[in-house]
Amino acid sequence: MTDSSWTGSCPLGVTSQNKIITLAHGEGGLLSRQLIGDVILPGLGEAALRSQDDAAVIDLPRNRLHFSTDSYVVTPMFFPGGDIGSLAINGTVNDLLVSGANPQWMTLSFIIEEGLPFEILTEILASVSRTAQQAGVKIATGDTKVVPRGAADGLYINTTGVGVPFDSPQPDPHNLHSCDQLIVTGPIGQHGIAILSAREELAFDPPPQSDCQSLQDPVHKLIQAGVTIRAMRDATRGGLAAILHEWAASSAKTLTIDEKNIPIARQTRSVCELLGLDPLFSACEGTMLVAVPKEEAEKTIQVLRESDISKEATIIGEVHPAKSAPVTIRRLLGIEQPIDEPLGSQFPRIC
Amino acid sequence: MKYLSDYRDPQHARHLLDRIRKQCTRRWTIMEVCGGQTHALLRSGIDEALSDCVELIHGPGCPVCVTPACVIQNAIQLSMRPQTLVTTFGDMLRVPGNRGSLLDSQAERGNIKAVYSPMDAVRLAQRHPEQEVIFLAVGFETTAPATALAVLQAAQLKLDNFSILCSHVCVLPAMKLLASSKQNRVQGFLAAGHVCTLTGFDEYAGFVEQFQMPVAVTGFEPTDLLVGILEVITQLEQEQAALVNCYPRAVKRKGNHSARQICGQVFDVTDRQWRGMPIIPGGGLCLKPEWSSYDAELKFPLSDNIQQEIQTVCRSGEVLTGMIKPSECPAFGLQCTPQTPLGAPMVSSEGACAAYYRYRNNIFTKQNKPV
Repeated sequence: MTDSSWTGSCPLGVTSQNKIITLAHGEGGLLSRQLIGDVILPGLGEAALRSQDDAAVIDLPRNRLHFSTDSYVVTPMFFPGGDIGSLAINGTVNDLLVSGANPQWMTLSFIIEEGLPFEILTEILASVSRTAQQAGVKIATGDTKVVPRGAADGLYINTTGVGVPFDSPQPDPHNLHSCDQLIVTGPIGQHGIAILSAREELAFDPPPQSDCQSLQDPVHKLIQAGVTIRAMRDATRGGLAAILHEWAASSAKTLTIDEKNIPIARQTRSVCELLGLDPLFSACEGTMLVAVPKEEAEKTIQVLRESDISKEATIIGEVHPAKSAPVTIRRLLGIEQPIDEPLGSQFPRIC
Repeated sequence: MKYLSDYRDPQHARHLLDRIRKQCTRRWTIMEVCGGQTHALLRSGIDEALSDCVELIHGPGCPVCVTPACVIQNAIQLSMRPQTLVTTFGDMLRVPGNRGSLLDSQAERGNIKAVYSPMDAVRLAQRHPEQEVIFLAVGFETTAPATALAVLQAAQLKLDNFSILCSHVCVLPAMKLLASSKQNRVQGFLAAGHVCTLTGFDEYAGFVEQFQMPVAVTGFEPTDLLVGILEVITQLEQEQAALVNCYPRAVKRKGNHSARQICGQVFDVTDRQWRGMPIIPGGGLCLKPEWSSYDAELKFPLSDNIQQEIQTVCRSGEVLTGMIKPSECPAFGLQCTPQTPLGAPMVSSEGACAAYYRYRNNIFTKQNKPV
């Protein structure tokens, strides 16, 4: 990110009465420089890696790196439990963590719709800064584009993260063995329900909270404890069901979970019941699925429960040799049924 | 009592299963009317657990499934009009009409939005006076009061850019049609608890009298369903036919007075075609003449008002009337899956085919029966 030392005021600039972002802020001239120098870099604070040029220079500690990118287009930008800024950092940080790497540097690119109030951008930058510092990552470089009104929905963010691999075997769902235990680190489905409730202005009281958070602490604790992590994934889009299907496909095994053991917050369950949605298909943003050998399952639970973020870690199922259905659930009466792979978004039922 | 745990208590459910099994001296055939009940029965595995003593036939109570394809087609056509937004419940979007679904139409150029309540559609009309907001009103007596309220509110707000495409249906006339059919095998009914919260259950007394079949007003949790089944089985074994409310925590004899009053103010009972069924006398609701300015069909006469259903290999009509089980349809799980549905029951979260696909698929074996 180009750091500008220019701090003077301008009648059309950020410090003027003009409080919204205009197309001119994306045209590369004075206003662009002001936007970066006066708003974005100060907004990021300590989270930004200061550099003077078009490219950031980083020193590599290893000859192998993990690299992950994601774009964030969430509506609404602010939701109970987080915002697009914290989501953009945590989302990419978590992707790196569950791939078996410690996130170190990130890029941060904004696509801003003309007319976005500076106030909102500043608030999101503060959230980005706070979240990045908590996760221990530096914003190494970034970009800002402004598009005409109607061409985007307020603000989109892309983050790309680089992480340094941990000194332990990489988690890989191809490695799943029969009898491996499946563990979730907390209640499932909260982010999806929080976003739906906020977007559709559903008047739940209190409003459902997203679980948007970094998985830094639980992942580091697992690595430090030397747990054999066969596979590890944060259950984002498509929820727990999507990850189970991906792992079943990679490993050519059947994954079976027990309905009675799946942690679901009371409110998530109530909202899902009311709207006819299945929490298994609802997104999480700070809850992950971990597969470990059976003999290490209890230890894993103990280690995870030492972290505030995963204090409700629970064994929810296990890996079996392949059956005709790749993912199954044991219902309350003991009957085993297949779980479908998520098909687009869920639609609420009529009555 | 905590609804989401106590009414799903496995121990209580097993106790009820045992009582039902002990009561049965032969295999009985019962219809659960509502699609929500079908899903709950299959999800919890009750139908399989009782398969040796009770055959559960899945009724037509899936509001999305019984909406005729031509209504969807008309909604699609309206969504293509300039400055027009068609709104409906999310569950409706994937249901195939004669030529694709509302979702397909949205991907082309149809202006369609899922709403959670008809009142959301009124709010949209208020916010966007430049466009006509049409609500595709589907569902049983459960959703009709909200549609009626939306019409009343639009009138109060003097909105002239709000209208409804009315396809509401009434459940009891359909039960009568099924019970009087020559092919009927159903010996007792689990009436739809949610519908009865609105309508009450007085009007079922005439049905029981006429057809001499037990009717249990039944809820949707596993133990609710088992209590309803136990009631019907007990009556059948004793050769009785009575009307019993097995869902008293939600259903009162007279139903919801205000909701019934609002519906009476806005709707008339009319004959209505149901998908896969003939025209059912008194099987639907239409706007009273004084509210005709909110009737989208009158407001925007459709150039291509399609009334004919297109025949396909899909046998959803027979599924909806309980003539066949979803798995007996030749298209089930082959040409027809939730990804490529041929009929509405494969799409809806209350459709019987979707329930079979979702909860049965192909792993089910006898060893999985509850113990």
